[in-house]
Amino acid sequence: MTQPASAYFMEERHDPNETHTLSVIVQNEPGVLARVIGLFSGRGYNIESLTVSETEAQKHLSRITIVTTGTPMVIQQIKNQLDRMVPVYRVVDMTLSGRSIERELAMVKLRGVGEHRVESLRLAEAFRARVIDASTESFVFEITGNSSKINQFIELMRPLGLVEVVRTGVAAIGRGAEGM
Amino acid sequence: MSDSNSHDPNQMTGAAMIVRAMKDHGVEHIFGYPGGAVLPIYDEIFQQSDVQHILVRHEQGAGHAAEGYARSTGKPGVVLVTSGPGATNMVTPLADALMDSIPLVCITGQVPTHLIGNDAFQECDTVGITRPCTKHNWLVRRIEDLAKVLHEAFYVATSGRPGPVVVDVPKDVQFATGTYHPPRKADVHVSYVPKTKGDPAQIRKAVALLANAKRPVIYSGGGVVNSGPEASRLLRELVEITDFPITSTLMGLGAYPASGKNWLGMLGMHGTYEANMTMHGCDVMLCIGARFDDRITGRTDAFAPNAKKIHIDIDPSSINKNIRVDVPIIGDVATVLEDLLGVFKAEAKKPDIKPWWQQVASWRARNSLAYKKSSDVIMPQYAIQRLYEATRGRDTYITTEVGQHQMWAAQFYGFEQPKRWMTSGGLGTMGYGLPAALGVQVAHRDSLVIDIAGDASVQMTIQEMATAVQYELPIKIFILNNQYMGMVRQWQQLLHGNRLSHSYTEAMPDFVKLAEAYGAVGMQVFKPSDLDGAIQDMIKVNKPVLFDCRVAALENCFPMIPSGKAHNEMLLPAEATDEATAAAFAGGKALV
Repeated sequence: MTQPASAYFMEERHDPNETHTLSVIVQNEPGVLARVIGLFSGRGYNIESLTVSETEAQKHLSRITIVTTGTPMVIQQIKNQLDRMVPVYRVVDMTLSGRSIERELAMVKLRGVGEHRVESLRLAEAFRARVIDASTESFVFEITGNSSKINQFIELMRPLGLVEVVRTGVAAIGRGAEGM
Repeated sequence: MSDSNSHDPNQMTGAAMIVRAMKDHGVEHIFGYPGGAVLPIYDEIFQQSDVQHILVRHEQGAGHAAEGYARSTGKPGVVLVTSGPGATNMVTPLADALMDSIPLVCITGQVPTHLIGNDAFQECDTVGITRPCTKHNWLVRRIEDLAKVLHEAFYVATSGRPGPVVVDVPKDVQFATGTYHPPRKADVHVSYVPKTKGDPAQIRKAVALLANAKRPVIYSGGGVVNSGPEASRLLRELVEITDFPITSTLMGLGAYPASGKNWLGMLGMHGTYEANMTMHGCDVMLCIGARFDDRITGRTDAFAPNAKKIHIDIDPSSINKNIRVDVPIIGDVATVLEDLLGVFKAEAKKPDIKPWWQQVASWRARNSLAYKKSSDVIMPQYAIQRLYEATRGRDTYITTEVGQHQMWAAQFYGFEQPKRWMTSGGLGTMGYGLPAALGVQVAHRDSLVIDIAGDASVQMTIQEMATAVQYELPIKIFILNNQYMGMVRQWQQLLHGNRLSHSYTEAMPDFVKLAEAYGAVGMQVFKPSDLDGAIQDMIKVNKPVLFDCRVAALENCFPMIPSGKAHNEMLLPAEATDEATAAAFAGGKALV
């Protein structure tokens, strides 16, 4: 006989995990971010990145962009669970809609002198990163792009004296004339 | 205050607004317990008579009483408790109500706004603690927001899939004066507008499946009861028109009458053989207001393997959560059923399912609820059957605690109407039944309200007997006393080598003396021959009764699907020999 597989072993489904970017429009009221994060931790969903800021002050609306991973069934659950929360207006799966632009901003600090400094500046130019702070032995670069571009830039900086990195997480918007 | 303000009837304190909002929402009874942070509200309650306050003995009791009140009336249950421990004691009923979709509005007091975050006396982060166990909650920091939030709270609790909400009101906001406004459309939370009407295209697809079914089954749940009396009426009409067999979850009992000819009994872990086999063998399943809980499905990859599944639910997050369905219909049960019946009557006729009914009859013939009769000891199943016989035809409401007695009540008590059966299904809260019975009796003063209890569960909220006595609520606590936590023991026997770790209650109180100590009536019965007379006596007493029914101590609850097994792997009582049991439960220890 096969092993029991009750609802308690639902994660044993062998569907592959997917990464999705969700845009969530919420009422900007106290605790709304805690609700969203609590939903993810309470139900065991993953958060790869999460960004939030008020986007329409007069309507008290904030926009949250969440990058999450899971099986297609779990992704659908996440969207449904978000959508039924009282302060949530809309949930749009930017990955499914297929026509979205994703950007992230990172600030990257390097310490170094001599050839490493020159090399880091050259690479920064290739990646269109800007120097936003400099001292005789350090740089802080600002770089914007999709996550993979930023990952690549950080990897290249590592041997050149990388000190620390800060990233905003992904923000996403749809292409074309239509709003969300 | 200026003169012009003092004449404005809508100028009032926060505390007065809370009581006024209750009146405006038709609240007649609230359940609560006073404390420092709600004293201004209690002062307002003292000075009026429209809203009657029921003083419980523990905040958990207030919560469950409000749940019983809500489930038996269809109106929201309202609770008032203080900050800190008052709020934390409410957590269990809130979680219970969230799981079972019960509308509750809970007002909690909070320390004054300037003390919030200071670890003040009786302070806790109420909205933080209750966030995952409410549908929504609010901390009202400004008197200007209070009226709107209160109206919003009633709206959120009662619309869509109902659930509990908490409004946390700091004491200074209760004292502050502001302008009240009655409920208006703008108080509806703009982002929360649940869909009630089902998609016509999906309904058409569902009808096509139903009309061509050879082995159909209807699986209904608590959503039918929550949707209101019209939903139950339409469900009955659907069964009448299609002649399909129907089963129900624990939460949905009574939506279709137990005396109906198409009734299969409850399904799931302790459901009947015919219900579970019908679910397993069906080719079309119509799930109405149920959520494919693990107690229903058993092993999910072997759940109704050959069925096309239709799922009607008002909560989109219930769709495809545990079981992938073919035709989801998001909407209110009554609204969707009305549309579905309309299409069915106009475009379809009932399929010929005679061979299927013959198959079902052969499953029924297994008589899966059979138990060994005894003339020496009262079998717990027999006790429920006699209670049912003694109370059928009466205006009766049944509540339960959680455990074996609860399953026996669901199996052996026949429910004919919705809203007559209150039990803690999702959370499985021992101690639910006694306070829930209080709440039911408050709403239905002249009805017979019985809590079918276990000896262990009932002790979790036994203090509410004092509430019953204080308000002359003649609830009947019918305790199936086997001296064990029966369901815990059953699992230890089946899964843990019969090592009965802490499931025997060595120091059982004398329930008769306990009842008398509270000023209630105590009764005790040991022999089957005395049972009927004692039940009659219990019903006749117009006082709260603790009825200590001593039953066969080691009886277990069957049939049973061992968790992690499929519907066709049920263990029937006649087959539950030691070897069969050991084989059935092998490898299942990790499951809950």
